[in-house]
Amino acid sequence: MGVSAPNSHLVPDWDSVFAQLNKGQMTDFPGGVHPPQAKALSNTTPIATPNLPDVLYIPIKQHSGVVGTISVSIGDQVKKGQALTFSSHPFSVPVHASTSGTITDIMEHPSAHASGLPETTIVLTPDGKDTWDLLPVIEDYKTASAMVLLERISDAGISGLGGAGFPTYIKTNTQKSVECIIINGIECEPYISSDDRIMREHALQIKQGIDILCHITQAKRVIVAVEDNKPEAYKALAEACGDDERMLMASVPTKYPAGGEKQLIQVLTGCEVPNGGLPIDLGILMYNVGTCFAIADAVLYGKALTQRVVTLTGQALTKPQNVWALLGTPIAHLLEHAGYKPDQQKRQKVIMGGPMMGFTVLNDTVPVVKITNCLLVPAQDELPDIDDEKPCIRCGVCADACPAGLLPQQLYWYSKAKELDKAQDYHIHDCIECGACAYVCPSEIPLVQYYRQTKAAIRQEADDKAKSDKAKERFEARQARLLADKKAREEKHRKAAEARKAAMENKGNDAKDKIAAALARAKAKRAAAAKAAQDNQQDDAN
Amino acid sequence: MQFSLSSSPHNHVRRDTKQVMQMVCLGCIPGIIAQTYFFGLGTLIQILLAVLTAVLTEALIVSLRGKTISAVINDYSAVLTGVLLGICLPPLAPWWLVVIGSFFSIAIVKQLYGGLGFNMFNPAMTGYVMLLISFPMAMTMWLPVQSLALHPYGFSDAISVIFTGYNLAGYDVNQLREIADGTSQATPLDAVRSGLIAGQTYSETLNASIFGGSNWGLGKGWTWVALAYLLGGLWLLWTKVINWQMPVSTLAGVALTALFLNMLLPDASGGVLFHLLSGAVMFGAFFIVTDPVSGSTTNQGRIIFGALIGFWTVIIRTFGGYPDAIAFAVIIMNIAVPLIDYYTQPRTYGHVQK
Repeated sequence: MGVSAPNSHLVPDWDSVFAQLNKGQMTDFPGGVHPPQAKALSNTTPIATPNLPDVLYIPIKQHSGVVGTISVSIGDQVKKGQALTFSSHPFSVPVHASTSGTITDIMEHPSAHASGLPETTIVLTPDGKDTWDLLPVIEDYKTASAMVLLERISDAGISGLGGAGFPTYIKTNTQKSVECIIINGIECEPYISSDDRIMREHALQIKQGIDILCHITQAKRVIVAVEDNKPEAYKALAEACGDDERMLMASVPTKYPAGGEKQLIQVLTGCEVPNGGLPIDLGILMYNVGTCFAIADAVLYGKALTQRVVTLTGQALTKPQNVWALLGTPIAHLLEHAGYKPDQQKRQKVIMGGPMMGFTVLNDTVPVVKITNCLLVPAQDELPDIDDEKPCIRCGVCADACPAGLLPQQLYWYSKAKELDKAQDYHIHDCIECGACAYVCPSEIPLVQYYRQTKAAIRQEADDKAKSDKAKERFEARQARLLADKKAREEKHRKAAEARKAAMENKGNDAKDKIAAALARAKAKRAAAAKAAQDNQQDDAN
Repeated sequence: MQFSLSSSPHNHVRRDTKQVMQMVCLGCIPGIIAQTYFFGLGTLIQILLAVLTAVLTEALIVSLRGKTISAVINDYSAVLTGVLLGICLPPLAPWWLVVIGSFFSIAIVKQLYGGLGFNMFNPAMTGYVMLLISFPMAMTMWLPVQSLALHPYGFSDAISVIFTGYNLAGYDVNQLREIADGTSQATPLDAVRSGLIAGQTYSETLNASIFGGSNWGLGKGWTWVALAYLLGGLWLLWTKVINWQMPVSTLAGVALTALFLNMLLPDASGGVLFHLLSGAVMFGAFFIVTDPVSGSTTNQGRIIFGALIGFWTVIIRTFGGYPDAIAFAVIIMNIAVPLIDYYTQPRTYGHVQK
């Protein structure tokens, strides 16, 4: 492992990257931590399939982007794989019925999110038959156009299963040239083994998914990266990908968070995603192994995304394991399946995700969603709660642990002092919230929590500013309009006055003329009368 | 079922602030043992008095500030300040000296700035400098190596001198400083300094009895004390309580500056080993400079911070008004920390170096 070079602005030279990787040479990323793995708790048994739950809570938003419109109503019979929402918006993917049954309600239900805030959820009561409504199978995907395949990936509701939940077809539908697809089988979070199991058991189907992605993107190379603590998964994928010349297997040294998209790119290529950019700026697209599996399901088997592998682990479970969980399964059902012992915990607590980045869920009706990779139920002393944060002693172990090259203690000071500008100067938006800093902090300060609040405050401030800017703009526009109206009115008045004046003047002239004419007429009359009288007198005199 | 909520990450390393402070205290033990072996038990009493005063002062101020006393005392930071200050005082300095110094370190230097984590200056060193400036005589009453002393002292003697000024036999500190030939023996730094002032060359000053004929400027007893602190410091490095950057750069700063000055002014300045193994350099490099609160926080900054402390230490020793300088150097560099930190920010992922 070399030292990371400051080549953030460089694009990988793929031939030399592959030459290096073939020799097993990778770049170390700065910082990182080695928390206890605890993977053996759950990764020793095959992925199980629990019974159908009595009820499924299917939130209509399970990806990052825009929600669709609900296309079913209460009382409808639906089949497994039937879309429940639709949208013409490009940033939306549908959700599907995870089994066949009846829509019994559409309501607000606690979300699978750290906030636990209620969100619109379709309640599905299974009929027990699990009857599929399959999409037409695209058997020979190689003759299908990229558009058809992308549409299928979208229709099947696939969003990144690694954690971020970004709609997969949007990422794949890039205009830029794809030099390399990286398949992320790192799974660096302790405890979680869902990717490990799916790689061991379904390497061939993952390979099918990779092939479909290569066909769509015309990618020239593929790197399949697996952390070196998963030798069985590595072996299974290596066998599946074996004779494909485009593919390269990489066994990445175990260090958290090596599976972060940016960190993995750095480890494999030595290059960094430029600030504000995307991996595609380096010619890279990265997919989670579970996403590849789901893509093959959608294209080759016509199955929409209705289930995923979830690790059930922690010492408060008597039977930790991995399961195929239907999306929408309330976690109570899975906890029961894995033998949850609430008395093993001082305070009942379930973490969705791993110990480093997972969040605690509000209650046991919260459903499994597309990004749910793990339910971690720690026993009393397994992951003790930290209740009292102590003063920061500026020891800097957080900075030594930060994979993004930030100064966490400075961000903490500025967060605490609400100096939002300073926090941005110190690149708070480059924090990936991996939790390495808070993990090592001897003062047990919940640093990530501070950063989340600061990021939210910065967003709020930006929103407020946008709003006030808009209000100001509206006000100024109104002022300008009023002024213009006033000017227009004054102009109108002025013109009217001028017209009147002009009219008045004209009228005056007319009047004089008329008077003159009248006078002239009168004069003429008088003259005529005088002449007549004179003539009469003359006549009389004659 | 409702669940309790907490924010990520949900796991933590098990080493907290309290353990860090305790480990630094433990790291001092080899040095303290060497110091007591060579210069008597007075140091232990000084440390005890300093720790007691520091903890009581901390408790007093914390309660005045309306905070929970136990939570603050339990972090062991006041204990550590007491230990570090006690180590720096002459073994038989009067009790009020250590009490004033320790009170000042905690009340003024630490708590007035907001307590642990907020102090700009190193509490122990600032307390030491205050005492040195205010009570220069008492602060320079260092004792000879006890095996050479005319009147070696025991534990009850030490208590007696510290609290009354005289030992059980009625000798005062000045008499206790006498060695077999009836003269009092200075520290290596004092010996060189007064020799140079008296017009001797550096190599002539090394004939002073304290050096015991060593041409390298290795003071009797003092060298072993320095090596014992080095040992404790290496243990702290090995256990990752401290980072290598600050101690290594401090020692390198001392060595390079001493080398350069010694080449430039061979008669008027000390050699590299003399500077490294005399006075508080070794102790300072591992136990004082590494104080995270008042030091630089970036890796690059830590190197600059330590190197300049080393530089100033040799400069002040050679040209300044006091024989030892590490405390002054630390305080000078404490002032520069915000500036150093600002200009040594690491490059963030995806950004181009500013």
